[in-house]
Amino acid sequence: MDQYDVPYMERTRNFYRAQGYSKDYQWAHYDDVPFTVLQKPLSKARIAVITTAMPDTEPGRAQRQVYASPSDPIPSVMYTDELSWHKTMTHTEDVASFLPLQQLRQCTQLNLIGDLTQRFYSIPTEYSQRNTIEKDAPEILALCQQDEVDVAILVPL
Amino acid sequence: MDIVEYCGVPRYLHSDFPLGNPCGKPYDSDMQLQIIQQGLGLIEHAQQARSTERTPFTWKDDNWRADYARIDDSNREELRLRGERRRQQQANDKAAGKSRAAMISEI
Repeated sequence: MDQYDVPYMERTRNFYRAQGYSKDYQWAHYDDVPFTVLQKPLSKARIAVITTAMPDTEPGRAQRQVYASPSDPIPSVMYTDELSWHKTMTHTEDVASFLPLQQLRQCTQLNLIGDLTQRFYSIPTEYSQRNTIEKDAPEILALCQQDEVDVAILVPL
Repeated sequence: MDIVEYCGVPRYLHSDFPLGNPCGKPYDSDMQLQIIQQGLGLIEHAQQARSTERTPFTWKDDNWRADYARIDDSNREELRLRGERRRQQQANDKAAGKSRAAMISEI
Protein backbone atom coordinates (compact mmCIF):
# COMPACT_ATOMS: atom_id res chain seq x y z
CA MET A 1 0.00 0.00 0.00
CA ASP A 2 1.27 3.43 -0.91
CA GLN A 3 -1.21 5.88 0.53
CA TYR A 4 -0.50 9.58 0.57
CA ASP A 5 -2.48 12.68 -0.26
CA VAL A 6 -1.85 13.49 -3.91
CA PRO A 7 -0.04 16.87 -4.08
CA TYR A 8 -2.41 18.27 -6.70
CA MET A 9 -0.99 21.79 -6.72
CA GLU A 10 2.56 20.61 -7.33
CA ARG A 11 1.50 18.02 -9.91
CA THR A 12 -0.66 20.53 -11.76
CA ARG A 13 2.09 23.16 -11.75
CA ASN A 14 4.57 20.68 -13.23
CA PHE A 15 2.02 19.40 -15.75
CA TYR A 16 1.42 22.89 -17.11
CA ARG A 17 5.15 23.65 -17.18
CA ALA A 18 5.68 20.45 -19.21
CA GLN A 19 3.24 21.89 -21.74
CA GLY A 20 5.30 25.02 -22.07
CA TYR A 21 3.37 27.39 -19.82
CA SER A 22 5.78 29.71 -18.08
CA LYS A 23 3.35 31.39 -15.71
CA ASP A 24 2.11 29.18 -12.85
CA TYR A 25 -1.56 29.14 -12.04
CA GLN A 26 -2.53 31.17 -8.99
CA TRP A 27 -5.05 29.31 -6.88
CA ALA A 28 -7.57 31.25 -4.87
CA HIS A 29 -6.45 31.71 -1.27
CA TYR A 30 -8.27 33.29 1.64
CA ASP A 31 -7.03 34.01 5.15
CA ASP A 32 -10.56 34.72 6.35
CA VAL A 33 -13.16 32.09 5.52
CA PRO A 34 -16.85 32.78 6.15
CA PHE A 35 -18.74 30.46 8.44
CA THR A 36 -22.29 30.23 9.75
CA VAL A 37 -23.63 27.58 12.08
CA LEU A 38 -26.78 25.94 10.84
CA GLN A 39 -29.72 28.21 11.58
CA LYS A 40 -32.37 25.48 11.72
CA PRO A 41 -32.41 21.70 12.10
CA LEU A 42 -31.29 19.87 8.97
CA SER A 43 -34.60 18.03 9.03
CA LYS A 44 -36.27 21.36 8.23
CA ALA A 45 -33.59 22.75 5.92
CA ARG A 46 -33.78 23.14 2.15
CA ILE A 47 -30.65 21.84 0.44
CA ALA A 48 -29.21 22.93 -2.92
CA VAL A 49 -26.49 21.16 -4.90
CA ILE A 50 -23.91 23.00 -6.99
CA THR A 51 -21.83 21.00 -9.46
CA THR A 52 -18.99 21.85 -11.81
CA ALA A 53 -20.49 19.48 -14.42
CA MET A 54 -22.51 21.09 -17.19
CA PRO A 55 -25.95 19.93 -18.38
CA ASP A 56 -25.70 17.43 -21.24
CA THR A 57 -27.61 19.71 -23.58
CA GLU A 58 -26.60 21.60 -26.69
CA PRO A 59 -25.99 24.84 -24.76
CA GLY A 60 -24.35 22.95 -21.87
CA ARG A 61 -21.87 21.30 -24.22
CA ALA A 62 -21.21 24.47 -26.20
CA GLN A 63 -20.88 27.09 -23.48
CA ARG A 64 -19.62 26.59 -19.94
CA GLN A 65 -21.60 28.97 -17.75
CA VAL A 66 -24.05 29.00 -14.83
CA TYR A 67 -27.11 26.81 -15.45
CA ALA A 68 -30.10 25.83 -13.30
CA SER A 69 -31.50 22.41 -14.24
CA PRO A 70 -34.45 20.42 -12.85
CA SER A 71 -33.59 18.09 -9.95
CA ASP A 72 -36.48 15.85 -10.95
CA PRO A 73 -36.16 13.75 -13.00
CA ILE A 74 -32.54 13.30 -12.03
CA PRO A 75 -30.42 13.60 -15.18
CA SER A 76 -29.04 10.28 -16.35
CA VAL A 77 -25.95 11.93 -17.80
CA MET A 78 -24.00 15.16 -17.31
CA TYR A 79 -21.39 16.76 -19.57
CA THR A 80 -18.00 16.30 -17.90
CA ASP A 81 -15.63 15.93 -20.88
CA GLU A 82 -13.99 19.33 -20.43
CA LEU A 83 -13.21 18.87 -16.74
CA SER A 84 -9.93 17.65 -15.29
CA TRP A 85 -11.01 14.46 -13.58
CA HIS A 86 -8.90 11.31 -13.63
CA LYS A 87 -9.92 9.87 -16.98
CA THR A 88 -7.48 6.95 -17.04
CA MET A 89 -8.68 5.65 -13.68
CA THR A 90 -12.43 6.15 -13.46
CA HIS A 91 -15.52 7.39 -15.30
CA THR A 92 -18.50 9.67 -14.75
CA GLU A 93 -21.21 7.44 -16.20
CA ASP A 94 -22.94 7.10 -12.82
CA VAL A 95 -24.21 10.63 -12.16
CA ALA A 96 -24.75 9.85 -8.46
CA SER A 97 -20.99 9.40 -8.07
CA PHE A 98 -20.51 13.16 -8.43
CA LEU A 99 -24.00 14.75 -8.28
CA PRO A 100 -25.73 13.63 -5.07
CA LEU A 101 -29.37 14.14 -6.04
CA GLN A 102 -30.44 10.51 -5.68
CA GLN A 103 -28.92 10.14 -2.23
CA LEU A 104 -30.33 13.49 -1.06
CA ARG A 105 -33.74 12.38 -2.24
CA GLN A 106 -33.28 9.31 -0.03
CA CYS A 107 -32.28 11.61 2.84
CA THR A 108 -35.53 13.52 2.36
CA GLN A 109 -37.48 10.27 2.60
CA LEU A 110 -35.53 9.41 5.78
CA ASN A 111 -36.45 12.86 7.18
CA LEU A 112 -32.77 13.72 7.56
CA ILE A 113 -33.27 16.91 5.53
CA GLY A 114 -36.30 19.10 4.90
CA ASP A 115 -36.21 19.04 1.14
CA LEU A 116 -34.08 19.40 -1.96
CA THR A 117 -34.44 22.40 -4.25
CA GLN A 118 -36.33 21.76 -7.46
CA ARG A 119 -33.28 22.91 -9.40
CA PHE A 120 -29.60 22.16 -9.06
CA TYR A 121 -26.95 24.56 -10.31
CA SER A 122 -23.93 24.18 -12.58
CA ILE A 123 -20.94 26.50 -12.19
CA PRO A 124 -18.00 26.40 -14.61
CA THR A 125 -14.48 25.80 -13.37
CA GLU A 126 -12.39 28.75 -14.45
CA TYR A 127 -8.81 29.86 -14.84
CA SER A 128 -10.10 33.37 -14.26
CA GLN A 129 -10.86 34.08 -10.60
CA ARG A 130 -12.46 37.31 -11.74
CA ASN A 131 -15.07 35.46 -13.81
CA THR A 132 -15.91 33.26 -10.83
CA ILE A 133 -16.03 36.05 -8.25
CA GLU A 134 -17.67 38.80 -10.26
CA LYS A 135 -19.96 36.87 -12.59
CA ASP A 136 -20.66 33.23 -11.71
CA ALA A 137 -20.77 33.34 -7.91
CA PRO A 138 -23.31 36.23 -7.81
CA GLU A 139 -25.51 34.28 -10.26
CA ILE A 140 -25.36 31.20 -8.03
CA LEU A 141 -26.17 33.34 -4.97
CA ALA A 142 -29.19 34.83 -6.76
CA LEU A 143 -30.44 31.33 -7.64
CA CYS A 144 -30.01 30.22 -4.00
CA GLN A 145 -31.98 33.25 -2.84
CA GLN A 146 -34.76 32.69 -5.40
CA ASP A 147 -35.06 29.06 -4.30
CA GLU A 148 -34.90 29.99 -0.56
CA VAL A 149 -31.95 27.72 0.08
CA ASP A 150 -30.76 27.07 3.63
CA VAL A 151 -27.72 24.92 2.82
CA ALA A 152 -25.67 24.83 -0.40
CA ILE A 153 -23.43 21.83 -1.07
CA LEU A 154 -20.70 22.43 -3.66
CA VAL A 155 -19.45 19.22 -5.26
CA PRO A 156 -16.60 19.91 -7.68
CA LEU A 157 -15.36 17.10 -9.90
CA MET B 1 -7.38 18.21 -0.67
CA ASP B 2 -4.40 20.57 -0.78
CA ILE B 3 -6.21 22.90 -3.21
CA VAL B 4 -9.42 23.14 -1.17
CA GLU B 5 -7.54 23.72 2.07
CA TYR B 6 -5.28 26.31 0.43
CA CYS B 7 -8.40 28.15 -0.76
CA GLY B 8 -10.25 27.78 2.52
CA VAL B 9 -13.91 26.74 2.78
CA PRO B 10 -16.40 26.60 5.66
CA ARG B 11 -16.70 22.79 5.69
CA TYR B 12 -14.99 20.14 3.60
CA LEU B 13 -15.61 16.41 3.31
CA HIS B 14 -12.71 14.74 1.50
CA SER B 15 -13.12 11.59 -0.58
CA ASP B 16 -9.67 10.12 -1.14
CA PHE B 17 -10.54 8.85 -4.62
CA PRO B 18 -9.34 9.64 -8.14
CA LEU B 19 -10.94 12.92 -9.22
CA GLY B 20 -14.37 12.34 -10.74
CA ASN B 21 -16.33 10.45 -8.08
CA PRO B 22 -16.36 12.61 -4.94
CA CYS B 23 -19.76 11.23 -3.88
CA GLY B 24 -18.68 7.58 -3.90
CA LYS B 25 -17.67 4.82 -6.27
CA PRO B 26 -19.82 4.50 -9.40
CA TYR B 27 -22.91 2.34 -8.87
CA ASP B 28 -22.18 1.84 -5.15
CA SER B 29 -25.36 3.45 -3.85
CA ASP B 30 -24.76 2.31 -0.24
CA MET B 31 -21.41 4.09 -0.16
CA GLN B 32 -22.91 7.15 -1.88
CA LEU B 33 -25.63 7.39 0.76
CA GLN B 34 -23.12 7.02 3.60
CA ILE B 35 -20.92 9.76 2.14
CA ILE B 36 -23.75 12.27 1.79
CA GLN B 37 -24.89 11.44 5.31
CA GLN B 38 -21.38 12.12 6.62
CA GLY B 39 -21.43 15.41 4.73
CA LEU B 40 -24.77 16.35 6.26
CA GLY B 41 -23.36 15.50 9.70
CA LEU B 42 -20.46 17.87 9.06
CA ILE B 43 -22.88 20.62 8.03
CA GLU B 44 -24.80 20.13 11.24
CA HIS B 45 -21.96 19.77 13.73
CA ALA B 46 -19.08 21.93 12.47
CA GLN B 47 -18.41 24.87 14.74
CA GLN B 48 -15.81 26.78 12.76
CA ALA B 49 -14.54 27.49 9.26
CA ARG B 50 -12.05 25.09 7.65
CA SER B 51 -13.69 22.08 9.30
CA THR B 52 -12.37 19.09 7.35
CA GLU B 53 -13.32 15.42 7.55
CA ARG B 54 -12.38 12.41 5.44
CA THR B 55 -14.66 9.62 4.37
CA PRO B 56 -13.58 6.18 5.65
CA PHE B 57 -13.50 4.70 2.13
CA THR B 58 -10.54 3.75 -0.05
CA TRP B 59 -10.23 3.12 -3.79
CA LYS B 60 -9.56 -0.45 -4.89
CA ASP B 61 -5.83 0.19 -5.21
CA ASP B 62 -3.42 3.12 -4.97
CA ASN B 63 -2.03 3.19 -8.54
CA TRP B 64 -4.01 6.33 -9.31
CA ARG B 65 -1.99 8.44 -6.88
CA ALA B 66 1.22 8.19 -8.90
CA ASP B 67 -0.65 8.26 -12.21
CA TYR B 68 -2.29 11.68 -11.83
CA ALA B 69 -0.59 14.23 -14.12
CA ARG B 70 2.36 11.87 -14.50
CA ILE B 71 5.33 13.23 -16.45
CA ASP B 72 8.13 10.94 -17.60
CA ASP B 73 10.18 10.21 -20.70
CA SER B 74 7.26 8.37 -22.30
CA ASN B 75 5.04 11.46 -22.52
CA ARG B 76 7.35 14.49 -22.21
CA GLU B 77 7.42 15.24 -25.93
CA GLU B 78 3.71 14.58 -26.31
CA LEU B 79 2.97 17.10 -23.53
CA ARG B 80 5.14 19.73 -25.15
CA LEU B 81 3.30 19.31 -28.46
CA ARG B 82 -0.04 19.29 -26.70
CA GLY B 83 0.79 22.64 -25.12
CA GLU B 84 1.64 24.08 -28.54
CA ARG B 85 -1.65 22.85 -30.02
CA ARG B 86 -3.56 24.23 -27.06
CA ARG B 87 -2.00 27.68 -27.32
CA GLN B 88 -2.94 27.71 -31.00
CA GLN B 89 -6.50 26.69 -30.09
CA GLN B 90 -6.66 29.43 -27.44
CA ALA B 91 -5.52 31.99 -29.98
CA ASN B 92 -8.20 30.77 -32.41
CA ASP B 93 -10.87 30.88 -29.70
CA LYS B 94 -9.88 34.38 -28.72
CA ALA B 95 -10.00 35.50 -32.35
CA ALA B 96 -13.47 33.92 -32.61
CA GLY B 97 -14.65 35.94 -29.61
CA LYS B 98 -14.80 33.13 -27.01
CA SER B 99 -14.35 34.77 -23.64
CA ARG B 100 -13.68 31.69 -21.55
CA ALA B 101 -10.78 29.32 -22.00
CA ALA B 102 -11.54 25.62 -22.04
CA MET B 103 -9.83 23.77 -19.21
CA ILE B 104 -6.93 21.41 -19.80
CA SER B 105 -8.81 18.17 -19.39
CA GLU B 106 -6.40 15.52 -20.66
CA ILE B 107 -4.68 14.65 -17.42
